[in-house]
Amino acid sequence: MSKEGKAVAKADAEHVYDSGLAVIPADAIKDPGLEPHRVRMTDKSPKHEKAAVRQVGLLFLLSALGSAFSIWAYFAFPITDDLNTVRNNTLFLGLGMTLGLMGIGIGAVHWAKTLMPDAEVSEERHLARSSEEDRARAIEIIKIADQESGFTRRKLIRRSLYTALAAFPLPAVFLFADLGKDVTDKLRYTMWKKNVRLVRDPYGTPIKASDVTIGSVFHVIPEGLNEAHHKLEEKAKAAVLLVRLDPADLKEDPAKKSWSYDGIVAYSKICTHVGCPVALYEQHTHHLLCPCHQSTFDVTEHCKVVFGPAARPLPQLPITVDKDGYLVAQSDFEEPVGPSFWER
Amino acid sequence: MALKKRTGGRNKFAAALVIAAGLFLSGGGYAVATTVAAPSQSATYSAAQIEEGRKLFLANCASCHGKAGEGRVNASGEMIGPSVIGVGAASVDFQVGTGRMPGQASGPQLEKKPLQFTQDQIDAMAAYVASLAPGPAVPTAEMLALDGNVTKGGELFRINCAMCHNAVGAGGALTEGKFAPGLEGVTEKHIYEAMVTGPQNMPVFSDANLTPQDKKDIITYLKYVENAPAVGGYELGSLGPVSEGLFVWVFAFGAIIAITIWLGAKSN
Repeated sequence: MSKEGKAVAKADAEHVYDSGLAVIPADAIKDPGLEPHRVRMTDKSPKHEKAAVRQVGLLFLLSALGSAFSIWAYFAFPITDDLNTVRNNTLFLGLGMTLGLMGIGIGAVHWAKTLMPDAEVSEERHLARSSEEDRARAIEIIKIADQESGFTRRKLIRRSLYTALAAFPLPAVFLFADLGKDVTDKLRYTMWKKNVRLVRDPYGTPIKASDVTIGSVFHVIPEGLNEAHHKLEEKAKAAVLLVRLDPADLKEDPAKKSWSYDGIVAYSKICTHVGCPVALYEQHTHHLLCPCHQSTFDVTEHCKVVFGPAARPLPQLPITVDKDGYLVAQSDFEEPVGPSFWER
Repeated sequence: MALKKRTGGRNKFAAALVIAAGLFLSGGGYAVATTVAAPSQSATYSAAQIEEGRKLFLANCASCHGKAGEGRVNASGEMIGPSVIGVGAASVDFQVGTGRMPGQASGPQLEKKPLQFTQDQIDAMAAYVASLAPGPAVPTAEMLALDGNVTKGGELFRINCAMCHNAVGAGGALTEGKFAPGLEGVTEKHIYEAMVTGPQNMPVFSDANLTPQDKKDIITYLKYVENAPAVGGYELGSLGPVSEGLFVWVFAFGAIIAITIWLGAKSN
């Protein structure tokens, strides 16, 4: 410790600081101090010391052996066209390198713990507060800087700088405000519209109402999706599950009765909770299960939530048949699909 | 005057004609829209086989499914066993051939168990059930040949099946104790039959949805996945984050904790 440092430490030790609002308990647990020094076996017996030296040496040699093994494995297990050769190559290369690194690490720690000096040393912390001279000097520097730059004296420069700094974040406000409407529209509308055919995922073949037998499930995309510009983005919104139930099992809201066709109902596959694809359909219970958080929807009652964290039913796609007997949409979904967002 | 005359002339037959045409068109249109393709019934069964099957059905199945396969309900109207009329030979071959039928006890789901009948007896019962009404037939060997397109099969499997059965067919949980079984080791025939008949809570994938060629592709994919060696080493059941996460929690964190304790411990 330097002479100056010693002086600061002494001043710290002598200064009595106010405890402020801190509660000082009267029966505080006493600092037990350092536990008594325990002499290691390696310090007591030369036999143990020699053994420890040998162990450390052995660990380092094992490490070298591991590295050599890695090099050997690189040539012994070359990667060919057979994918399984990748597994053997990475496995043995990795095992050799693990041994190489672990040998050095464990050897070094073992060396430090058994053979290097183990006398306990304590270093007291001093307060973070700078010395009075340093604090006075800092204020002096700030004053000189103010005087030389004229920050306080030159009003024009100071105020115009304040104006510039205040104006700087304004473009961001407009930028983010404008982001809102566009994003909202993207979330609100899908590719579905009047007379768009329901087609099979992934091949895009149209579906006749007569193809959908009771108990069947079809995974559906809108016609033209495969040619869409942002195919995956559109699919993530427009994916639909088509199910046919016995019409007697459906408990339909009179206002939405025309949305189904002879027991065939179509629902958005995007969970209203956080947007996982809901497609685990149970034929007997008519329940649709989301695999992510177990939200369960009842297909017989407009996919109302019967279990789980989803807050809203799955949006229903109104469908009908065209003159050729193929299933078509009556319109887009009446409400945005998927999870909630700020304007929903 | 002329207008009135023409109107009067139309009154005689026009209404009846319009109604007849309307009925014909709408009825025809409805028929076009709703006609369900008749299920295939390729295999033929002998009368002796059907009779043998009827006897086996009466002895083993009728207590739940009814003496004529019409299904039964208990006194309070709850279903004991569904009707088997029209379920087809494929359904019998799947349900009895995987040991799910005869059911042992009621529960969330009837599970696979050791077979109770020989394949000849299963065929006889299938013949009897198929004789009740047409339904999906047992697939032929040609339909089950593993010469489909693995890539297409994989895509179809991921879209239609993977949400329940897992991307490589390892199976997964459903609601209230039900589950989609793992598909490893299931024969090609039983996978095909499950798709056409939709056993228990599985939906039906009729030939109008997935063509026989699509089904062949899917089965080819499943068998490819089953037989291809795992390049990434031990799969831990292919269950993804569940088993892999558990492995990391137990072994990797265990190792880290052990090393930390050793680092902090004083040498003896």
